[in-house]
Amino acid sequence: MLTVLFDGVAYGMLLFILSCGLSVTLGMMNFVNLAHGAFAMIGGYATAQLMNEAGVPFLACLPVAFLIAAVLGLVLERTLYVRLYRKSHLDQVLFSIGLAFVAMSTMDYFFGAQQRLITLPDFLRGQFEVFGARIGVYRLFLIILCGLITIALQLFVSRTRIGSQLRAAVDDARVAGGLGINVSRIFAGTFAFGSGLAGLGGALGLDLLGVDPVFPIKYMIYFLIVVTVGGTRSMVGPFIAALIIGVADVAGKYYVPQVGAFVIYTVMVVILMIRPEGLMGRRATR
Amino acid sequence: MRKSLVRALGALAATMLLSTTAHAEDTFKIGLIVPLTGPFASIGRQVENGVKLFMQQHGDTVAGHKVQVIIQDDTGTPDVSKRIAQEMLVKDKVDALAGFGLTPLALASAPLATQAKKPMVVMAAATAIITEQSPYIVRTSFTLPQVTLGIAQWAAKNGVKKAVTLVSDYGPGHDAAKTFKEVFSANGGEVVEELAVPLANPDFAPFMQRVLANKPDALFAFVPTGLGSAFMKQYVDRGLAQAGIKLIATGDVLDDENLNQTGDVALGLITSHHYSAAHDSAMNKDFVPAFKKVSGGIRPTFMGVGGYDGMHALYAALEKTGGDKDGTKLVEAMKGMSWESPRGMISIDPDTRDVIQDVYIREVKRLADGELYNVEFDRIPEVKDPVKAAKK
Amino acid sequence: MSAVSETGLASRAAAHASLVAARRLRPAEIAFWLMPIAGYFLFPDRLALLSEIAILGLFALSLDILLGFAGIVSLGHAAFFGLGAYTAGILGKYGWTEPLSGLAIAALVAGAVGFITSFLVLRGNDLTRLMVTLGVSLMLAEAANRLGWLTGGADGLTGVMIGPVFGVFEFDIFGVTAYWYAVGVLFVLFCLARYLASSVFGLTLRGIKGNSLRMAAIGAPVNLNLVTAYTIGAAYAGVAGGLLAQTTQFASLDVLEFQRSAEVLLVLLIGGSGYLYGGLIGAVLFKLMHDLLSDLTPQYWQFWLGILLVVLVLSSREGVRGLYLRVAARFARSRHPGRKGGAA
Repeated sequence: MLTVLFDGVAYGMLLFILSCGLSVTLGMMNFVNLAHGAFAMIGGYATAQLMNEAGVPFLACLPVAFLIAAVLGLVLERTLYVRLYRKSHLDQVLFSIGLAFVAMSTMDYFFGAQQRLITLPDFLRGQFEVFGARIGVYRLFLIILCGLITIALQLFVSRTRIGSQLRAAVDDARVAGGLGINVSRIFAGTFAFGSGLAGLGGALGLDLLGVDPVFPIKYMIYFLIVVTVGGTRSMVGPFIAALIIGVADVAGKYYVPQVGAFVIYTVMVVILMIRPEGLMGRRATR
Repeated sequence: MRKSLVRALGALAATMLLSTTAHAEDTFKIGLIVPLTGPFASIGRQVENGVKLFMQQHGDTVAGHKVQVIIQDDTGTPDVSKRIAQEMLVKDKVDALAGFGLTPLALASAPLATQAKKPMVVMAAATAIITEQSPYIVRTSFTLPQVTLGIAQWAAKNGVKKAVTLVSDYGPGHDAAKTFKEVFSANGGEVVEELAVPLANPDFAPFMQRVLANKPDALFAFVPTGLGSAFMKQYVDRGLAQAGIKLIATGDVLDDENLNQTGDVALGLITSHHYSAAHDSAMNKDFVPAFKKVSGGIRPTFMGVGGYDGMHALYAALEKTGGDKDGTKLVEAMKGMSWESPRGMISIDPDTRDVIQDVYIREVKRLADGELYNVEFDRIPEVKDPVKAAKK
Repeated sequence: MSAVSETGLASRAAAHASLVAARRLRPAEIAFWLMPIAGYFLFPDRLALLSEIAILGLFALSLDILLGFAGIVSLGHAAFFGLGAYTAGILGKYGWTEPLSGLAIAALVAGAVGFITSFLVLRGNDLTRLMVTLGVSLMLAEAANRLGWLTGGADGLTGVMIGPVFGVFEFDIFGVTAYWYAVGVLFVLFCLARYLASSVFGLTLRGIKGNSLRMAAIGAPVNLNLVTAYTIGAAYAGVAGGLLAQTTQFASLDVLEFQRSAEVLLVLLIGGSGYLYGGLIGAVLFKLMHDLLSDLTPQYWQFWLGILLVVLVLSSREGVRGLYLRVAARFARSRHPGRKGGAA
């Protein structure tokens, strides 16, 4: 029982780590960035290459994955994304899908179509028992890391000056600009940060999911589920959503394997029926 | 009025198309349809490289014909496969179809082969029923029951009394579980629980938990290739190995592309399959490095070998008919044909047009070059597809 | 978009006149419908591709009924396409080989499920609707996978037999019958959609899309109209799926998958939504681009497709919709019938 709960939480954290970058770009900046998975993929490839070809230790790869994706995000934001903030969501969909296609083919060209995998260092593998529950080390690592990221982000957005400038800039860019906030710099920084988180997610998910050129499309559904169910206006929402979905999914599969595959979708539809704006949503996004 | 006009136009177009088939007498065209993009792209690349390598080694002239391969990407979608097959037959006037990465892709196109009376060489897809869909289908890959049989027999004979099966919840998974159960029970074993895991699911943890609760001697697994590595890791991390539960599987769970990257967790895995890059034969020792040269360093998998052997079948058939491109004659020529493949001796069953081959029991070991391989240690000779054999 | 309220104030006769005027065929439209006939003679050996374009066009049209007219975004429209495909396929497999009635039943089944699920999309914002529709389609896909005895599961539905169209035209290997069948069905359903769009129902939908609160205030039954539109869109998608299953005599799980929903949305956005021709134009452009690119580079066609999409979005100042406004105007001056009618 406890083991199932723990696994559910850990699975939820995996979903969260993959999606938290998206909850920054889609949630905070209100940009439908379907290329989110592409940034995660870049982070994954960077980690796989560094570990397998250059022998860089796993933990050292994580910041690199973050940085590479963030820099790439910054460059793309300045050159391309910046022109699309004012366009419709549907334009953003077309644009970011196009970008994802380009990224997928590019990775395919350089790294081939086959899956890339890594082997975790020994101290992150295996499991131990606490109160009869089996705790996987890497899962525990994911849970702690995700918890920290969520708390830090939430504090950053709600307590710091830059955080409130960001909220102001998203709510009404013109007024925020009039108040002397450098909107374009805030957006660029936030976008780069969101992309970096995506890259980190790709790196952390690598052990379980591997990475291949179709990564951005393959897991897009999961990113979107977490962010939508969580509500797009905070970091805590997606975090709780990921927890609920993870636990429900794992418990469903363990106790009633016959309907296992339906659980995650049912949970999503039901939550969205009850709370159309998501768990933590306050009002309709424009 | 309009109806008859349409019909007349249709007939006209049809005769126009047919009358042009007489052209291009001295080329032999092969339409190669494989997924080159999308989630199954790596299958397509393997087949493509196998085909390329074969043509590099054997030239492109057979019995006075210049062999031309037209390759198209079907993105892994059956209606696209079928459309491409139709266009290749009607527009490019190919003399044979080949490729077909997945079962539905092959099934969708099968009726076309019958209608056009052209050989259709299935180089990858592995469901037993495929060859029954058209008398023009010849298969050079394998069938899933064919390779499952081996591991079930081996397990029963090697001290496994109780087993749990864990398969992905879709057609091939169910086939594997069914074959395993039949053969394993017939040999005195008992399957205590059958688990089916949703396909779109990266997390095996809850299922591993159920397996542990059952305390079987062995866990038989079948998951699609891309999930094999995650599966292995969770098997080890969950302590199933320490609990004395042996993991046995078919060889496609961890193919040669993914095996080495999976790392030490894969060591000791026992599988049965028809090809390993470590197969000990002079031919394979030449084949593997040559393949890597074509593929940019990627090891050949059973998919690559399927493509290579498929080309062999077509070349040899054309040779045998003395350059006659008639589809029916080509298929007749392939029936009963046998040759040496990088996987060992194989032949085409004259009754079912399916491949007959040795199935090997292998263990994952680290070899001298520092990489992980499936090392063959036992062999079941000349296995026919058990599903079709049982129908007789 | 207060077209209805304005014409409502004007005399009934004037309103009626403007509706009739909107229904008249434009020259650009006639030219457009000559294309499939020209295509038949110009590319007699590409009929399979052309049929695929017609089917995708119909599918995109069905999404346009939701998106362009009712303003409901969907990322799960493949649910209805797949239902139609499996319905038509299963009918064909078990002896109901007459194609047109098979299509009608496919439309009924898809429409019925559309009607039931439409209540799920009445609430919520765009993102919620995207995800709810997606969830429904994924559940159906999983159900089709589980019901292997009926659908053939992951192997696909084989043994589908389809009789001749009108009892006369057999489906042939050149795809001649399949082509005219698909184009014919598309044309008939398109005319019906065009008629609906310029009817009071169609105008009400546009009104709701523009401002649902105001439409409710002038007494239009907003939810009823949305449910109707969703049901019709679902039935159309069912026909498109049925056409695919009948012309390829095969159906497999991919007809229900996310990729198909995403593709059709892409196609509609490329063509531009809201003027009915967008889906068709998008289908032609997308398929031709795809075919051309994957001929040139079967492995990396997605790269160039991606570049084209990015350029398309960046090069139009008012967004892709703006780019198509001019195209749309040629096809349907009925975009703003109220304004035009008032001026006349």
